[in-house]
Amino acid sequence: MTNHYIDFRNADVILNMGSNVAENHPVSFKWVQAAKDKGAIFIHVDPRFTRTSAKADIFVRLRSGTDIAFLGGMVKYILDNNLYDEFYVKNYTDASFIVSPRYSFDDGLFSGYNPSLRAYDPTFWALEKDEKGIAKRDMTLQDPRCVFQLLKKHYSRYSFEKVTEITGTPADDLERVYKVYASTGPPDKAGTVLYAMGWTQHTVGVQNIRAMTMIQVLLSNMGIAGGGINALRGESNVQGSTDQGLLFHIIPGYLPAPRAQWATLADYNKTTPASKDPRSINWWKNRPKYLASLLKSMFGENAKKENDFGYEWLPKLDSDQDASWLNLFDEMYKGTFSGFFAWGMNPACSSAHAGKAREAMGKLDWLVNVNVFDNETGSFWKGPGMDPKQIKTEVFQLPAAAFLEKEGSISNSGRWMQWRYKAVNPPGDAKSDGHIMYELFNAVRALYQKEGGAFPAPILSLKWDYETNGHFDIHRVAKEINGYFVEDILEHPVDKKAYKKGTLVPNFVYLLDDGRTSCGNWLYSASYTEAGNMAARRKKTDPTGLGLYPEWSWCWPLNRRIIYNRASVDLDGNPRDPKRPLLTWDSAGKRWVGDVPDNAVPPMGTEGAYPFIMKPDGVASLFGPGLKDGPFPEHYEPLECPIEKNLMSNQRINPVVKIFEGGPDKFLTCDPRYPFVCSTYRVTEHWQTGVLTRWLPWLIEAEPQMFCEMSLELAKLREIKNGDRVVVSSPRGKVEAVAIVTSRLKPFNIAGQTIHQIGIPWHFGWLHPKDGGESANLLTPTIGDPNTMIPESKAFMANVAKLTKQPAKKSAKS
Amino acid sequence: MADKSLFIDTTKCTACRGCQIACKQWNQRPAEKTANLGSHQNPPDLSASTWKVVRFSEIPGDKVNWYFFPDQCRHCMAPPCKEVADAKAKGAIAIDEATGAVIFNPKVKVKPADFKEIREACPYDIPRTNAATGTLAKCTMCFDRTGAGLLPACVKTCPTGAMSFGDRKAILEKANKRFEEVKGRYKDAMLASPDDVRAIYLLVDDPKKYHKYATAENGVGITRKVALRRLFQPLSALRNVIG
Repeated sequence: MTNHYIDFRNADVILNMGSNVAENHPVSFKWVQAAKDKGAIFIHVDPRFTRTSAKADIFVRLRSGTDIAFLGGMVKYILDNNLYDEFYVKNYTDASFIVSPRYSFDDGLFSGYNPSLRAYDPTFWALEKDEKGIAKRDMTLQDPRCVFQLLKKHYSRYSFEKVTEITGTPADDLERVYKVYASTGPPDKAGTVLYAMGWTQHTVGVQNIRAMTMIQVLLSNMGIAGGGINALRGESNVQGSTDQGLLFHIIPGYLPAPRAQWATLADYNKTTPASKDPRSINWWKNRPKYLASLLKSMFGENAKKENDFGYEWLPKLDSDQDASWLNLFDEMYKGTFSGFFAWGMNPACSSAHAGKAREAMGKLDWLVNVNVFDNETGSFWKGPGMDPKQIKTEVFQLPAAAFLEKEGSISNSGRWMQWRYKAVNPPGDAKSDGHIMYELFNAVRALYQKEGGAFPAPILSLKWDYETNGHFDIHRVAKEINGYFVEDILEHPVDKKAYKKGTLVPNFVYLLDDGRTSCGNWLYSASYTEAGNMAARRKKTDPTGLGLYPEWSWCWPLNRRIIYNRASVDLDGNPRDPKRPLLTWDSAGKRWVGDVPDNAVPPMGTEGAYPFIMKPDGVASLFGPGLKDGPFPEHYEPLECPIEKNLMSNQRINPVVKIFEGGPDKFLTCDPRYPFVCSTYRVTEHWQTGVLTRWLPWLIEAEPQMFCEMSLELAKLREIKNGDRVVVSSPRGKVEAVAIVTSRLKPFNIAGQTIHQIGIPWHFGWLHPKDGGESANLLTPTIGDPNTMIPESKAFMANVAKLTKQPAKKSAKS
Repeated sequence: MADKSLFIDTTKCTACRGCQIACKQWNQRPAEKTANLGSHQNPPDLSASTWKVVRFSEIPGDKVNWYFFPDQCRHCMAPPCKEVADAKAKGAIAIDEATGAVIFNPKVKVKPADFKEIREACPYDIPRTNAATGTLAKCTMCFDRTGAGLLPACVKTCPTGAMSFGDRKAILEKANKRFEEVKGRYKDAMLASPDDVRAIYLLVDDPKKYHKYATAENGVGITRKVALRRLFQPLSALRNVIG
């Protein structure tokens, strides 16, 4: 999130789209309600009427997988009716920037497309620079090649008629949403958007979010209280794990993962983002300091200037390798590697195309399953359709401590790092994850010391000292992440002060690229300083009255609660929204008052800099040349869809998605055997694959079994009655479910065709309870967004039919 | 006697069922073996193990409504269940002095026929019996928490502010204030029998659309049967009941 949960209450309009906030983030609904109490309008846009829709002031349906059409129509509405914030768009975005004449767009394809590679050459979309290397601009926004005009042209095609045809949303409903949301364009109005996997889990996932970000920028809703683009993360610490480099393409603090073509530290550092514009802060220019400090943190005294601080020991991805989940399991299926740690996850149920994932695990030599309970992954070899005698995989189960049984931090969706205490000791042999990792690595290293092995240097050189009195100590890890001075510094270049060796760095501004500082993650620097553990703070002071609570826990970066917050002021540093002043320039004191400024330079009208400091050009990007599938979001159909032709162009699907071919990967689109659009989703009562919640009797009592929600019309068509047992199938597999026949789902009219939508939760699995049902992911396809490879679980094709043999009906007992 | 009440604002209820689970947790009620019967509501009804259940009610139409009703004992000011129990199963039902909560004695056995009459006396169909022990079971307004200065478990858990607990006067003020806020928007908004009960619901549509027993049949908080019985009671007994 650019903002944070409490900040929802500051919004005038809340748009919840691509998520189900009341059900899947139930506690956060407190702040939606707080906004409603103050008169805010709450809009829910979803294929299905949910518990969230029940609380919405406006509920509107759309066919799953058509969000870009819906949002593209909103961009057009905003532009056609001049509802954008002209000051903001001119000063804080790239609207005035001139794009290369090589950029073009025709019939669903941007220029630079190579059909044999299924890839674009993004140099076709470059921004033009002047002789000094600064982006060329036309502040009148009239140049036909300026971003604003290209934007207008691109979305001129998203008319009400076209959008209605694609989404199935009646034009009146579209207009109602567009009008209310666009009312947040004036600087003293705030609109926020809450999204989740309903936007990300599509082959156009990143572009769904970009489309909304563009709307937020046009309406000056970015960098303000009550605004922003806010991902409701699906797990309590998914934000934290991403920050720490969980994904294959990044190492801690969002530094790019090293690749084979960057053999030396100098090669890596050559890719550091640069800007020649003196008004662009381009914060990423500091990247070499963060990498040097990270390497010092990893290799300690073994990281020296002479050996590039051990850079060569870091694993390198092949030049264009994508090692994301779907590819990993594809390689596992092919037998490319032989060992696998499933740590706190359950791929046998959570992976898209779970049947393939289960088969893939059977090709391993060993599998380590670290979890609180046994799950379908640890026991995959005895699951349905498996013959244990034929499976050679050796499985090790390591019991892990549950969240109340260990100390440490959790970073929530709002980037707040909150320290949690241990309530009770873990039972039996269970240990915290950190403890398991600590002992595991000690054992691995001891084996290398004894037996040698391939490429031992990184393992023998790693600094691994996170213990106190012989026990793993999470506080030592937290301090390592914050960073410290590695040697005495007589005069620090930043503040000319002296710092002692071992002193925790005050924040990442103090990090150096010469090996004198160590820091496990620059983004978290300032979280555990000489003043103490900032994440453990619990003071409820709120000087701005906006609910920033600066002394409650700690927030990255630098305890800044709303990022890009200098976009909330005018050129003189005065808040543009006097009701919600997030920042104010105190010209006498020459300082900012309010949130921690992003960043502490004077206002733009004086000698200040652009507000979007993480972007090389310092401004928000309406034009996004950095993505694989084009600089503007464009509607494409899901890989499996109910209509023969994309009504927008001749490109049916995203032209750059990777198609997995052969083996168990089957896809069928517009096939009469699988005529219904299917989405997977969650309910309040269960969490993810249900590994934790299915074992809790009170939760399984409330949501006991796999179900399939369908409309009255579809039920009639298929002669299914409410409560009947049905089988839901896709080209990949089938699952049994209880039919919930409901008026909360309705068929869509898509260009004259009746299209039915069904939905199933992905919380169940064969292991427990015995009558709970199987994983919805047995049906989902191996296909991902081209930028992130997140699977398309929200829109694929399926069939539903009544099971011929119905079990004896249980009657409700009182 | 201290005078406490609950306010349940259904306009703010998201049916997250935190209250339903918190009730089970505090009162250590076991989970029932349930099946999906074509609804998200589960368990399907109140029972000796389930003292609070969130009822889901779908109202089809062009504009769908989905009403959520966190059902529980209303803790009547003059509880008809207690009237019957006093006559048939002495001590089975009592009033908590500190709050006014209507509570049951888990040690007093109630004969099946008497239980039937107690249940029928309740206009909200709340009392249940534990088949194994033959004793009554229902919401106690967490008198074992409130006595120690804690909020009832359901109120403590509610994330959206749909549930409040406090001094009756303050709760009535809060309920009336909220009713005034929403009545312009919902023409059928109503507080369900605020003068007769300690668990006051704010509803915005025909109560029957939420739940068959959302409000008392005759609108005064008692069944016809109990009303008739009261008519034929000696005046002194009646004074005790309403006094």
